[in-house]
Amino acid sequence: MPHATFGLFVPCYVNALYPEAGVATWRLLEYLGVDADYPTGQTCCGQPMANAGFEREAVPLVKQFHSLFARYDFIITPSASCAVFVKEHLEEMNGRLYEICEYLHDVAKVETLPGKFAHKVSIHNSCHGVRKLRLSSASERMEPHYSKLKKLLYMVEGIEVVEPANADECCGFGGMFSIEEPAVSVCMGHDKLKNHLATGAQYITGADSSCLMHLQGIARREKMPARFIHIAQILAAGL
Amino acid sequence: MNAKHSEAAARFIQNRALEEWHNETLFLVRKKRDSQAITLPEWEQLRQLASQIKMHTITHLDKYLEQFALRAEANGAIVHWAKDAREHNEIIHALLRERQVGKLVKSKSMLTEECHLNPYLISKGIEVVESDLGERILQLMNKPPSHIVMPAIHIKRQEVGKLFEEKLHTEKGNSHPDYLAHAARLHLRNEFLTAAAALTGANFGVAATGDVVVCTNEGNADMGTSFPKLHIVSMGIEKVTPDYQALSVFIRLLARSATGQPATAYTSHYRKPRKGCEMHIILVDNGRSDIIGNPDHIQALKCIRCAACMNTCPVYRRSGGYSYTYFIPGPIGINLGMLKSPGEYAGNVSACSLCYSCNNVCPAQIDLADQIYKWRQQLDSLGKADRTKKLISGGLKYIFTRPGLYNTALRLAPIINKSPRFLIYNNLDAWGKGRELPAFAKESFTQMWKKGKIKQHP
Repeated sequence: MPHATFGLFVPCYVNALYPEAGVATWRLLEYLGVDADYPTGQTCCGQPMANAGFEREAVPLVKQFHSLFARYDFIITPSASCAVFVKEHLEEMNGRLYEICEYLHDVAKVETLPGKFAHKVSIHNSCHGVRKLRLSSASERMEPHYSKLKKLLYMVEGIEVVEPANADECCGFGGMFSIEEPAVSVCMGHDKLKNHLATGAQYITGADSSCLMHLQGIARREKMPARFIHIAQILAAGL
Repeated sequence: MNAKHSEAAARFIQNRALEEWHNETLFLVRKKRDSQAITLPEWEQLRQLASQIKMHTITHLDKYLEQFALRAEANGAIVHWAKDAREHNEIIHALLRERQVGKLVKSKSMLTEECHLNPYLISKGIEVVESDLGERILQLMNKPPSHIVMPAIHIKRQEVGKLFEEKLHTEKGNSHPDYLAHAARLHLRNEFLTAAAALTGANFGVAATGDVVVCTNEGNADMGTSFPKLHIVSMGIEKVTPDYQALSVFIRLLARSATGQPATAYTSHYRKPRKGCEMHIILVDNGRSDIIGNPDHIQALKCIRCAACMNTCPVYRRSGGYSYTYFIPGPIGINLGMLKSPGEYAGNVSACSLCYSCNNVCPAQIDLADQIYKWRQQLDSLGKADRTKKLISGGLKYIFTRPGLYNTALRLAPIINKSPRFLIYNNLDAWGKGRELPAFAKESFTQMWKKGKIKQHP
């Protein structure tokens, strides 16, 4: 698509905490020959407030998103959860707004990636990635097993990909759930980390930095030897 | 009363060993469900069909209830209509009083829990005996159920052993499951033989035939109804289903979803009273017809009470049934509680990470998580919003609608990385109770972009 225009949406917390995931996303697009624009007025899509019960606080942000991004043919973001939220609140973003893995797999249909990442990684399947964006099959549903994330990761040379037990159980982040129900949230995260670490993986990776941020917080507090990396960074290795 | 799930859950989790056991036991049930569901290639179609049949039935209840009642009466049963819990309880009490019934034996019924029937009858001097083993254990302990299919799942057999020692005079220290089950069987046999009336719930009512269908694994509904001259059925009006074909869809889904069995050990059809006996069916509304008029929540009426949403819910499994204030816990309970009384049960709405596992496991495809999301939007106007979340949401909106301010904040944020711990981790900070805060990047993506560092890449 030589004439299509692309906007990069870097969610607020990725922008502030994990900009490297945004950089990797930009690099992947560049690799595909896309010169993505980054509108600097972007802030947050509004999901944290809406999921907490304050959708009305989110409405101006959805409008703000629209005014910044409506001009692009495609909007790409390194967050499954934010992609889902925007699409559910701005219908016209369906077919235009993509989480980066979804874009690589479904639209760009990449078959190869140039990078090398000689590590064992455990995939963190985020709830909204699995059950909303359908980046992989959901264990509840009796459907053929698939994982777009796994397929993309295997294009990277030297990688070994594993999944934890109960591979699509929630890690307990859930936005403001994590602070309103801290005991359950931390308990869920702890269990998830244990399952990830039991795989013997050197890295935990996924399409949602928010889950990883929560797990990283627990791992640091409990001094568990876990390392985290956004999936776009692995896919962009060598770019 | 507006107890918070989050606080009760934190207390439950303090006993980490019990929490782990509860979590793992229920997830095992979820996995049993998976292994049964996968044997049916048409599983997802069945769920779709079940959803459609339920939606059709609950939006044509006038027709199907009338048909059901006519058939049931033609078969020789007597049908009563109860608009609420009070009428339901009074009808049952009148039936028992007129026949001088001193003891009523019951099989499992969530509707009678909903109507608080047991305490009502006991206050009228009637002895009430639960005959489902889990329910009986809880009744002897004077505790409510913590799960709607496995009501005593939170109680370990050692506790049951101690309880039976005291109440049923079993051997000291013997908590072998076979021994306890045998003791319970002997004890209940006497109750079945001496009760003057039996009450069952109803998993389904078949409009075309007037059958009441009850699914049990213990056969206790059949034992209970085989001796007394009076059989009372408590049935919610949403339990009516058009015909046997429709019923077959639910029978295939129910036990597989609930316990991972292809079918319950007993699927009993009660069509007419035994010779010389009476069968009374009480059709109960108790708020159900209001839900039909509520487009956001009408789907809650599709529930067949299989509890698959509880078994899959990562929050329920780690917090136990008693952490919820409504008598039905888990995703469906959060919603049914709010439909019953938002003011009373708003404290349960936080018990959801919006993982959507429940939506995908539900055999009737109820939009459980979407409904919880909708309740959350109403909490503030009900005066039940969490103050911290409200404060944060307002603050975030303030910053995020001001890109200039946001970008300044992004630039300054890394200072927090170097703040003293006591400033960051204190009692006000729910995040820091079990987690370290993430570190801000030295440069945000926006800063890098503005400095041209992104595109400068060779």
